[in-house]
Amino acid sequence: MGVRLGIETLAARGVGALSRVAGRGGGTTLPGKLLWKLDPGSVDALAARLPQGSALVSATNGKTTTTAMAARILGSSARLAWNQSGANLLSGIASELVSARRAELGLFEVDEGALPEASVRLRPRVVALSNLFRDQLDRYGELELVAERWRDAIGGLPDETTLVVNADDPVVASLADGRPQALRFGLDDARHARPALQHAADSKYCILCGTPYEYAAAYVGHLGDYRCPACAHARPSLDVAAREIELHGLVASRFRIDAPAGAVDIELALPGLYNVYNATAAASLSLALGASLSDVRVGLEAFSAAFGRFERIPTGGKTVVVLLVKNPAGANEVLRTLETGVPPVLVLALNDAVADGRDVSWIWDVDFDPILEHVGRVVVSGERAAELGLRLLYGGLPDARLEVEPSLERALDRGLELVGAGTDLVVLPTYTAMLTLREILSARGLVRPYWEGERP
Amino acid sequence: MRIVVGHLYPGYLNIYADRGNIAVLDRRAALRRHELEVRSIGIGDPVAPDAYNLLYVGGGQDREQALVAPDLVEKSEAIHAAHASGVAILAVCGGYQLLGHGYRGRDGSFMPGVGLFPHETVAGATRMIGDVLLECELEPGEKHQLAGFENHAGRTLLEPGAEPLGRVLFGFGNDGESGFEGCRIGPAIGTYLHGPLLPRNPWLADWLLAQAIAHASGGDPRPLEPLPDELEAEAFRVAAGRARKRGRRR
Repeated sequence: MGVRLGIETLAARGVGALSRVAGRGGGTTLPGKLLWKLDPGSVDALAARLPQGSALVSATNGKTTTTAMAARILGSSARLAWNQSGANLLSGIASELVSARRAELGLFEVDEGALPEASVRLRPRVVALSNLFRDQLDRYGELELVAERWRDAIGGLPDETTLVVNADDPVVASLADGRPQALRFGLDDARHARPALQHAADSKYCILCGTPYEYAAAYVGHLGDYRCPACAHARPSLDVAAREIELHGLVASRFRIDAPAGAVDIELALPGLYNVYNATAAASLSLALGASLSDVRVGLEAFSAAFGRFERIPTGGKTVVVLLVKNPAGANEVLRTLETGVPPVLVLALNDAVADGRDVSWIWDVDFDPILEHVGRVVVSGERAAELGLRLLYGGLPDARLEVEPSLERALDRGLELVGAGTDLVVLPTYTAMLTLREILSARGLVRPYWEGERP
Repeated sequence: MRIVVGHLYPGYLNIYADRGNIAVLDRRAALRRHELEVRSIGIGDPVAPDAYNLLYVGGGQDREQALVAPDLVEKSEAIHAAHASGVAILAVCGGYQLLGHGYRGRDGSFMPGVGLFPHETVAGATRMIGDVLLECELEPGEKHQLAGFENHAGRTLLEPGAEPLGRVLFGFGNDGESGFEGCRIGPAIGTYLHGPLLPRNPWLADWLLAQAIAHASGGDPRPLEPLPDELEAEAFRVAAGRARKRGRRR
C-alpha cells in the first residue's frame, strides 16, 4: 500500500504541474481524478496521515465562503490541506490531499451529494452543515432527498465527531438531534428579520407534524427562529449566536459572536446577512476544532472574499462589483444587499451549463421586485439572456429600461459605458458566467487567474 | 372583463416557478385590458365551482405534495363541477399527477387523486430530466410547438383514447415510451413541462386566457389580439434549441 501510494501520488502531482503548464485552468481536479481512478482507497490513506485530522463543510449556499473563512482562522496555527478553488467532489479533495505536502489539518468544502462518501473516507473530526435550500433540482434532486442522504451520512459517523449545525434551519438542526458532540449556531437579532417568509422559502412546515411554523424572526429564506404552533417543535437553543448585527450596504457588516467561551466583536469586510451566517458557521467550526475567540476575530477580520463570490475590480475609474448568484435563496440575499442603495445599472448574466443548472426556472423564484422599481437600466446577458429578460419584464420592469446582450463581453462593456465615472457597476452572474467574466477581466489584466490566488 | 383565477396551494405547490405562469397570465390579460384576480385556495378552504374562470395547480416537492394530496381529494367534487361548467384548468408537474386517478409508489402504496384527467401515475426507478419540445394541436389545423423542462420520477399512463397535450419531438414526456406528453380534456391542460411553461410559450397562455374569458363571458373562446412577443420568441428559440441538442430524440 505504502509503495503504491507513493508512486501514484507522485504521478498525480506530475499531472497537476503539467496541467498548469498546459494552461488548462489551474489543474485543480486533474491529479485527483487520476488518483481517484487509480485507487480510491488512497484518499482514505492520505487523509489518515493528517496529524490533526479533517473538517468538512457542506451547505446549499455559502460553503466556499465559510470554508475560506475557517481557513483564515485556522491557517495561522496549522498547515492546511484546503480545496480553495472550490473543487468539492472527492476528486477535488483527493487533488488537495496529493498536492498539500506536510499539511497538518484537512479543511474541505464538500458538495452536498458527495458528503456521504467524504464522511466515510475522511473520518472527519468536525462536520459543519449550514443550510439546505432548493437548488438545481435537475442536478441534486429535491431538498428532502439531500437531507435523507445527509441523515444517513451522519448516522455513520462515530460519537467523537462533532457536528456543527445551523439551528435556524429546521431540517439541518434536526440532524444533530441525539448527537453527543454538537454545536448549534444561529442568528439572534430580530431587527434583521424579514417581514414575511420569502416566496422561495423551503422548509416552512414542521418537520414533525407538517403544520406551518410560526417565526419570531425569519432571516434568510426559511432560516430563522421558528416554532411549531401545533407540536411545539422549535429552534434549539444556540451555543454560538451572532447578535447586535449592523449591515453596511454593499461594503461591510459588524456583529458580536456569543460563544460558550465568551463574546467577541467582529468587523467583517463583506456585505449581507448571509455572510454573517457564513462567519458564524466558520467561527463555530473553528471553535469546535480548538481555535480561540481571538483567532476567530483576527481570522474573520482579515478575510476579504472567496473566489468569485464577491469581488471589487477597479477598471478605468469605475469599479466592477461581481456577486455570484446561483439559486433563489442566494440571489435573494445578494439582491437584499442592494436594496438600501439600488445601483443605477445592473448586469445580470444567466448561463445554463451543468454547473449553473440546466433548468432555468429558478430565476422566477427570485424576488427581483424591490430592485426593479428603482434600477435605472438592466443589461441581461448569458446564454439564457432572453429568459432572464422575460423574467424582469413580466416582473414589472418597463421595456425601455431593459437591454438584452447575450455576449458577456459586450454586456460588460455596455454596463461600463452606462455607469458614470467613480461609480460601481454591479454584475450578478451565475457560476459559469462568472468564470467567463473573470477570464475577460483577467485577459485585460484586471484580475489574477484563480489558481494564482494567495494562500493564508 | 374580469377573470378570476383560483390558485390551489400556492404555499405548498410552487417549486418550478409556478408564479411565473401566474405573472404571464396576469400581464397578458392586462395588455388586452382584462383584469385578472388571483385568489389563493389553501388546505381546508372550500372551492365554490362557480367562483373561478381558471384553476391553477402547480408542482411541489414530494413532501409538500403529500401534505396537500388528501385535501385536494376532498375538493374533487367541486373541481369536477368546475370543469364541467367550462372552467379552464392548468395543472403542472405535481398538480398534473394529483389531478389524475392516483399515484402508485415504488412500495406498492396508492395515493388517490382527483380523477379528472384519465391517467394513473406509477413511480419509476429513475428520474426523467431534461429539455423537451412538443408539437401540439389544441384546435384542429393549428399546430404549435411547446418548449419546456421536465423533471419527474412518475410515469404517467394515459387511458386508451385519452387526448395528450402534445406529441414529443425531443425529451421523455409522460412515460418515456408512448411519445406523448401531458393530457387535455376540453379547456383543462395537465403537463410535466415547467421552466416555467408560459413565458416562452405565449400562444398557450393566450389559449388558456381565451378559455377563461369565454367562461367568464358565457360565449365561445375567441382568439386574443396578438402581441409583439419578440423576446418570447427568442427565449422559445433558445429553449427549443436546447431540447434539440440535449433532449432525447423520439
